[in-house]
Amino acid sequence: MSEVEKTQTVAEDARPRLPRGVRLVHNEAQGGFVLLAPERVFKADAIAAEILKRCTGEATVAAIVDDLAKTFTAPRELILGDVSKLLRSLAEKRLLEL
Amino acid sequence: MLAPEEKLPTPLGLLAELTHRCPLGCPYCSNPLKLDPRADELDAATWARVFREAAALGVLQVHLSGGEPAARRDLVEITASARAAGLYANLITSAVGVTEKTLDALADAGLDHVQISIQDSVEASADRIAGYDGAFARKRALAAQVLRLKLPLTVNAVIHRANIDRVADLVELALALGAARVEIAHVQYYGWALENRAALMPTAEQVKRAVGEVEALRERHRGRIVIDAVVPDYYAKYPKPCVGGWGRRSLNVTPAGRVLPCHAAESIPGLEFWSVRDHSLADIWASSPAFRAFRGTDWMQEPCASCPRRHEDFGGCRCQAFALTGDARATDPVCHLSPKHAIVEELAGVRAEADYVYRR
Repeated sequence: MSEVEKTQTVAEDARPRLPRGVRLVHNEAQGGFVLLAPERVFKADAIAAEILKRCTGEATVAAIVDDLAKTFTAPRELILGDVSKLLRSLAEKRLLEL
Repeated sequence: MLAPEEKLPTPLGLLAELTHRCPLGCPYCSNPLKLDPRADELDAATWARVFREAAALGVLQVHLSGGEPAARRDLVEITASARAAGLYANLITSAVGVTEKTLDALADAGLDHVQISIQDSVEASADRIAGYDGAFARKRALAAQVLRLKLPLTVNAVIHRANIDRVADLVELALALGAARVEIAHVQYYGWALENRAALMPTAEQVKRAVGEVEALRERHRGRIVIDAVVPDYYAKYPKPCVGGWGRRSLNVTPAGRVLPCHAAESIPGLEFWSVRDHSLADIWASSPAFRAFRGTDWMQEPCASCPRRHEDFGGCRCQAFALTGDARATDPVCHLSPKHAIVEELAGVRAEADYVYRR
């Protein structure tokens, strides 16, 4: 995917975490995972939910990517691209600490 | 009304107006001119039930608002019950009346986010707009405490003629206070703001400059602060998708328990509102006449009925359509396609150096 190549990756030793006031929850009525944030709600698709569940502040980006690559038997590079894209966009909105 | 095959939408947010009491007197207050008296306010147990019913309905976030929500002595209990129901709890406050002790207790109760209103970046002007000496200093102090507690902070700045030339300063102030998000919200003319319209209305040049400034500030501060802007209605080409569409994404519960599709809905005569004292929230959402009145697109007239944007802006705001044309089913006259658009152009030109009518 050319889009993945263009995405600047995030530092692999960063330990991403959701700050206070940003929560990932599962909601039946909304049909899946949602990210609750200050006066905003983001629907998290299956991939985003799997990434965000792992953003505990303990695991490094490298460990998250390895884990996802193993769990979903997908190329590491592709996963790193997806993870970077999501984490960067959330960090820019101040919804994630890197 | 919905066609039978259309699915009932799932609401996302609940605005809980815990009280209409407020120490401030802002001339653009969105509360109705006729305020619910204290004696009619719902008790904490009823709010807890409303929050549980809201969560079951799919609501994710509750905005604890007012008036000033801290005017209620049971605010901590109410906040805890919102979290217990599984909702994201957002406090919308003027900061006046929220003591250090209260905020500590709210944080312990699970409060997720705090929004503080700031009237201006200049203290004397801010206190004059709020009609309350010392409000500005109190806001700064509360913002500092929010930060110490590591709670996320939003600054809400309502923009009008007296502060529109300081939009950049307001964003700088929000940054200095440690806010991750700032709302630059141009006055919407309902309730008290409608009373004070001529005193609040900025000029077209001021609006143009402010909108441009916000664009530039957004770029400059990308990644440091999120700037959400509410556009100045009277100068827009298309109307806003008011409340994300009537009865589609949110509901509003008044201090006395009436459930409204938006906070100004009671300004439309003839609508029948149901109360949480008599009905469950699910019943009200699905069946109350007020929610059904303008849900979907069947109620629309031309030019909305055949407009390709009708599913994007839902014909604009029903309250504004009624306030300016006398017909709640009309196209929001903010829209340049409205046959009554000239009314808005004319009103945007009416400015007066009048004293504010403070909300009291």
